Amino acid sequence: MHIDLRTVTIKPLRHTFDNIARRLGADKPATRYQEGTLDMQQTVNFHYRPTWDPDHEIYDASRTAIKMADWYAFKDPRQFYYGAYTMARAKQQDTAEANFDFVENRGLAETLPADVRATVLELLVPLRHVAWGSNMNNASICAYSYGTAFSQPGIYQAMDQLGIAQYLTRVGLLLGGVDVLDEAKDSWMTADTWQGLRRYVEDCMVLKDPVELFVAQNVALDGLLYPLVYETIVDDVLSAKGGTPVAMLTQFMTDWFAETKRWTDATMKTAAAESAENKEILAKWVSQWRDRAAATLLPVARIALNERTDELVAEVVQQFNARLVKAGVPL
Amino acid sequence: MDMQVAKKKLGLKERYAVMTRGLDWVPSYQKMEDIYPYMTYEGIKIHDWDKWEDPFRLTMDAYWKYQSEKERKLYAVLDAFNQNNGHLNVTDARYINTVKLFVSGISPLEYVAHRGFAHAGRQFPGPGPRVACLMQSLDEIRHAQTQVHAVANYNKYYNGMHDFHHAHDRVWFLSVPKSFFDDAITAGPFEFMVSIGFSFEYVLTNLLFVPFVSGAAYNGDMGTMTFGFSAQSDEARHMTLGLEVIKFILEQDPDNLPIVQRWIDKWTWRGYRVLTLVAMMMDYMLPKRTMSWKEAWEIYFEENGGALFKDLARYGITMPKCAEQIALEKDHLSHQAWSTFYNYAAAANFHTWMPDEDEMAWLSAKYPNSYDKYYRPRMEYWREQAAKGNRFYNKTLPMLCQTCQVPMIFTEPGDPTKTCYREVDYKDSKYHFCSDHCKAIFEHEPEKYVQSWLPVHQIYQGNCFPEGTDPTVEGFDPLAAVLKYYHLESGRDNLDFEGSEDQKNFDEWRGMATKNV
Repeated sequence: MHIDLRTVTIKPLRHTFDNIARRLGADKPATRYQEGTLDMQQTVNFHYRPTWDPDHEIYDASRTAIKMADWYAFKDPRQFYYGAYTMARAKQQDTAEANFDFVENRGLAETLPADVRATVLELLVPLRHVAWGSNMNNASICAYSYGTAFSQPGIYQAMDQLGIAQYLTRVGLLLGGVDVLDEAKDSWMTADTWQGLRRYVEDCMVLKDPVELFVAQNVALDGLLYPLVYETIVDDVLSAKGGTPVAMLTQFMTDWFAETKRWTDATMKTAAAESAENKEILAKWVSQWRDRAAATLLPVARIALNERTDELVAEVVQQFNARLVKAGVPL
Repeated sequence: MDMQVAKKKLGLKERYAVMTRGLDWVPSYQKMEDIYPYMTYEGIKIHDWDKWEDPFRLTMDAYWKYQSEKERKLYAVLDAFNQNNGHLNVTDARYINTVKLFVSGISPLEYVAHRGFAHAGRQFPGPGPRVACLMQSLDEIRHAQTQVHAVANYNKYYNGMHDFHHAHDRVWFLSVPKSFFDDAITAGPFEFMVSIGFSFEYVLTNLLFVPFVSGAAYNGDMGTMTFGFSAQSDEARHMTLGLEVIKFILEQDPDNLPIVQRWIDKWTWRGYRVLTLVAMMMDYMLPKRTMSWKEAWEIYFEENGGALFKDLARYGITMPKCAEQIALEKDHLSHQAWSTFYNYAAAANFHTWMPDEDEMAWLSAKYPNSYDKYYRPRMEYWREQAAKGNRFYNKTLPMLCQTCQVPMIFTEPGDPTKTCYREVDYKDSKYHFCSDHCKAIFEHEPEKYVQSWLPVHQIYQGNCFPEGTDPTVEGFDPLAAVLKYYHLESGRDNLDFEGSEDQKNFDEWRGMATKNV
C-alpha cells in the first residue's frame, strides 16, 4: 500500500557543494560521509610553517614516502563520519555491557578453570598496554597524514584502541582487581615474554612516516595479533577448555577487528593500486614489520598455545599473507 | 588461591586512573625525547605530569553511548528540517548570510581544531592530558561535520556557500580566521593549548560560538540552532580542559608564568580581531538581534572574563593589557567592519545592505556614544546614493595588517576620526599593522609573521588569478579574475542583498509555502 503525503516542493538550485560535485562528476545528492570527508582538510595558502616541523607545511603529503595523485582516492568502506562511527560503536558497547553484566551477575569469572584464568591474566591483561600504544600511534596517523579520507579513520581507530585498552582493564578488574593490573604491567615492563612486543610498540612511536606507521601498527601488528589472540586463542583454544565467558568479554575486539580490517584492506588496496613504486614500498614495509611482529608474538602466544605455538602462528601469518596479496600487495 | 579474595571496590577517580594513566609506561627502548620531541622548545617546564587533574572522567564506552544519543537526535531534527523546507522559516532571507559567514569562516576552523588536538593529544608525555586532548579532537571533527551537514540544506537553495572549502583557503577576509588557526597549530603544543584550549574555548567561546547559535535561535534557523545546542555539552568539556591546562602549567613551575602571560595577551588580542566578524554579524546581519556586540563584550568578557582573571590572579596572571583598547573600540568595531564589507561587497561571498530606519534606531539606542555621531551619517549617505543608483563598490584593495590580516580600518584608540597605522622595518622590508598589539605580536616572532599569506599582496603579485590568466591584455578586469579564482559567481554570490537571487527566490518560495496562488 502506498499513501501519498503531499509536501511543498521547491526545486533546489544545486544538490551538493561544488567540491563534491567535481569529485562525483555531477551535481547529485551526496552522502553524509562524502560531505563530511571530501576536501575537509585545508590544502593551500597556509600562513606559517609549523615551528615544530619547519621542513613541512601544516598538512604535507611529503611526510610519507607513499605518493598519491589524489589523497581522496581513499574511501572508508564503513563510510564512517562521526555520527555513523559513534552510532556503530554505541551498539557494540551495548552488547559488550550486556556481556559483562551476564558474566558478572552469574559469577562466571569464578567458574573459569584455573589454567584458563591464569592464561587470561598473563596474556590478555598486558595487552591493554599494546592497545594504549596503538592509541598513540593512531593519534599520530590522524595528526600527520594527508587528506581527511586517510586521516579521519585514524582518530576513530585511536579512540577504539583506547576503548579496547579499557575493556581489557575491566577484564583484569573483574578477574582479580587492581593487583592483577599491576602484575601485568610488571610483566610488560620486565618479563622476557613481552619485551619484543614492547620494543616493537615503542619503535612505532618514533616513526615519522604516517603511512609506514599505519602499516606497522594497523596492518602488520594488529593484523597478526587480533586473529591470533581473539580468534585462535580466545575463541578456539580457551573456549574448548571452558573459557567461553572470556570470549564474551572480548567479543568487542573480535567484532571490531572483523570490521576495521575492511578499512585497512581497502586503504592498502588503494595505495598499492596507485603505482608500482607504492606497491614496492608497501610490500617492503609489510614484510619487514610482519616478520618482526610475528617474531615478537611467538613468546606471547606460547602462554596459551604451548607446543602448538609455531604451527598456529604460522597459520595466522599465512592467512595474513593471503589477505594482503588479495589487497594487491605482492609478498 | 587468591581467587576468593574480595576485590577492592574502586572509587570513580581511581577507576578512571586505571582506565587511562594506568595504561601508560615509561619507555626504555626509545628515549622520551624521541617519542615526545616537542616538549621543551617552548621553554615550558613540567616536572610531574601526574599532578594533572582530569577535568572530566569519561571512559570510551560512556562517550560512545552519550554522543551517539546526541547524534541520533541531531540528525533526526536535520532530516525534519530538510523535509519541511525549514529554511523558509527564518526571519528573513538576509539572515542566511550569517550562515554563509559561519560555514566559510568558522566551520573549517573546527576541522583544524580536530587535527590540532590530535597533534597535542599525541605529543604530551602525560597520559591524562593526552586522553583529554584526543577526546576533544574527536569532538571537533563532530562539530566540523555536523555544521557542514546542517548547512548543506541551505546550500541547495541559496548562493555564496557552494564552494566554501575552496573559499576558506583563498577569499581575502577569510584569511583572518584561517591565519588565526594556522598560527595556533603551527605554535608549539603548549601554546596551542593556551591559544585554542584556553583563550579561544574558555575565554572567547561565549563571544563566538554562542552569538551564532543564539542568533540562529532568534531567527528561526532550526538547523544551526540544533547543532549548536547539541555541541553545548562538548563545549563545556572543552572549557574545563582549557582551564585545567592553564592551572596545570602555572602550578608546575614559576618560570612558566611570563610565557603563559604573553600567550594569553597575544591570543586574547588575536581572538578579538577575529571577533570583528562576529561583532558585525550581531549588529548588522541578524534581522532579529540577540544583543549588541558591545553588550556581549561587557557581559562575557568584562564581567565573566574579569571574574576569571581575578581567579587566576593567585597564579600571578593579570588581565591582558589589550582589554583597555578593546574597551575603547567596543563602540566602533562593528560599524567600521560592516562599512568595510559594504564597500567590498563585490569581492565577498555574501550579500550586504544598509540598515533600515528601525535598525538604525536600534543601533542609536545601543551605541549612544558613537552611532549617531560617526556612523549614521555615512550610512544614510550611502543609502541615499544607492537609492539614486549610485551604489559604489570599492575595487581598490585595502592594506592589510601583517598580523591579524584585517584591512587597516580601525581608528586610533580614543580618536574615531583617525585611522590607526603602525609599521616596523625588518630585514629591508616594511611591515604594516592595525594596532600596537598586532605590532608587538609581530616583533616578538618576526620570522613567523613575515610568512603571512596576505590576500591583497598575493592579488597584486598575480597569484590569485585562474591559471593561464594574462593580466597584460587590454581591458583586463582584475576583480573578475580574482572572483574566478575564488570560485565566486559575480552577480549571484556577491553584491547587495537588494535585488539578489537569494532575495527573489526566498520571497517566491515563501509565497508558495504560505499562499494559494
